[in-house]
Amino acid sequence: MGDFFTLALLTAILRMTTPLLYTALGGLLSERSGVANIGLEGMMLTGAFFAVAGTYWSGSPWVGLLLAIFSAGAAAAIHAVWCIRFRANQIVAGTAINLIAGGLTAFLVQVVWGQAGGSASVERLPRLTSGISFLVPIAFLLVPVVHIFLFRTKPGLHVMASGEHPQAAESVGINVNRMRYASVIAGGMLAGMGGAFLSIGDLSYFTLDMTAGRGFIALAAVIFGGWLPFGALGATLLFGAAQAVQIQAQVTSGFPISSDFLVALPYILTLIAITGLVRSSNSPAGLGKHPDGH
Amino acid sequence: MSSELTQRTRKALTSALASVIAIVLALIVGGIVMRLAGNNAIDAYRALFNGAFEDKRAIGETTVYSAPLILGGLAFAIASRAGMFNIGIEGQLVMGGFASALLGAWDLGLPSALYLPLCLIAAAVAGGIWGLIPGILRAKTGAHEVISTIMLNYIAFRIITYLVQKQSSWLPVDPERQATNRIVDAAKLPRLLDGTRMHAGIIVAIAAAVILWIVLYKTTFGFRVRTVGLSQGAASYGGIKWGATIMIAMAISGALAGLAGAGEALGLNYRHTTVPPGYGYTAIAVGLVGQNNPLGVILSGFLFGILSAGAPNMQSEAGVSKEIISVLQGLIILAIAAVAVFDHLPALRRRAASAAGTKPRTDSAAA
Repeated sequence: MGDFFTLALLTAILRMTTPLLYTALGGLLSERSGVANIGLEGMMLTGAFFAVAGTYWSGSPWVGLLLAIFSAGAAAAIHAVWCIRFRANQIVAGTAINLIAGGLTAFLVQVVWGQAGGSASVERLPRLTSGISFLVPIAFLLVPVVHIFLFRTKPGLHVMASGEHPQAAESVGINVNRMRYASVIAGGMLAGMGGAFLSIGDLSYFTLDMTAGRGFIALAAVIFGGWLPFGALGATLLFGAAQAVQIQAQVTSGFPISSDFLVALPYILTLIAITGLVRSSNSPAGLGKHPDGH
Repeated sequence: MSSELTQRTRKALTSALASVIAIVLALIVGGIVMRLAGNNAIDAYRALFNGAFEDKRAIGETTVYSAPLILGGLAFAIASRAGMFNIGIEGQLVMGGFASALLGAWDLGLPSALYLPLCLIAAAVAGGIWGLIPGILRAKTGAHEVISTIMLNYIAFRIITYLVQKQSSWLPVDPERQATNRIVDAAKLPRLLDGTRMHAGIIVAIAAAVILWIVLYKTTFGFRVRTVGLSQGAASYGGIKWGATIMIAMAISGALAGLAGAGEALGLNYRHTTVPPGYGYTAIAVGLVGQNNPLGVILSGFLFGILSAGAPNMQSEAGVSKEIISVLQGLIILAIAAVAVFDHLPALRRRAASAAGTKPRTDSAAA
């Protein structure tokens, strides 16, 4: 037990938190503008795939990162068009995004590399120190950036007004739909960075369904963090720590907490949080509502 | 009375047409994706069709895949009718499958006529409880079911993994296989056709659909469910208890999902493995394409069963990765959602017309 809490554990916590944090901040933007986003998982997976594909085609992980951002942004754009233009049920649209992303990435793995299961190995993005990708500090820096954007800038306040009360926002001249398109697409791009961190930041290849539910954990972090950037930071750190400790607990004999419990912890905490037992902040009141009130 | 009937028939036909248009659109877009990837879409679809129908074995496979999808689609449909969005079908399904397989592997020494129904009931109860929890949370605390069901899915997976891996000292489970022990013969759903894997799960599914249709459209409970789903306010005004109705609807939804899991465990694999089958998400598509009508769900469940059963053949015969099936499923959902836009069309057209300064055309010719 003595050497359990080591630098290695701290590194692991940062590595586990980073993809969740990118994706949670992305989900937060989308939800703050009034568009529920359970398609985060699919957007993240899209980013993870195209990061590797872009790196493989171009030889440069930077191109991979760009392609990840744009492809996940494109997936988010589909979500946005369906939710805003077609007024589709936002949960239905998100479910479709997840199914398509899961199927398409698995399909393309076979098309590009001619094998099922995963990609070839590609070059990784540069690292700061051993095991820490430069994408790690950027994720943490984005927290105050998103906070200041939402609460201290005019466009950010317009985004929040669109999410709180779309009709009122429209009546004072805010183009609610434009705010929502921008927020959902930017959110998707962040989720794509989260995916890229997994595939070319942390590892150097893509495997099928490699996000493994992280998009849903990120969504849980948005909710558990009360739809606030620093709340999301706290939640993703907690959930990331649970994952890191769980991995270490598996190799440490006699660890007192069941690893299954640690894996389930984010879900259990979120379940408790949404029942209102720990009231932090309410969801955006205009989630799923259209600016004309229908 | 008769005009109400024709109106309902017309509505059903419009819904069915919307589903057909959506499927055709999705198949076209899916074909374009295959073409872009350098595959021959026509060959792929032909291989898929053959894989689902070419012989007795293929048709058997189609029913094997259709059974859990119909039950899952029904689970989605009953919840939706009550205004609840159940994306926890996967978790309810594995809870049901696990419970039925545990009981079936325990070897209680009962005759099949008792043992099999007991296992099915265990599945319905386990799935039902897992569906009831988000129902209670929504009714009593306002916790949104979309989030709670997602969380409960992952909690269910973990509980089962934990029990299989850590509690093998007293449970009939096999940590090596990551599954329960094999169930005894008396607990098995019988196979229906020699040389195929077709099992009685498909009969359970179709029977459940017919019963659910009767419950929804011929009983006061069904009327309550549909009223609550249309408008919570109107329901309370009419003296219908919203909370109780959604809780019961969610319990039924979970029970149906649990039965889907039981079909897999008792009819197909003869054990429950810890790897979630993924039917829970396809079930959403099945419910939507079936327009949340139990009889429509039978048809859409078979449609998605055909896709799943034909997929391996598409891979081996036409060389197209079977993963494209998930893409098709997602595209069908998107297409359904987009085609539903036409429901809003009269209102949109009116608005566009008034914006253009012309007199709106009246759409109420029926009235």
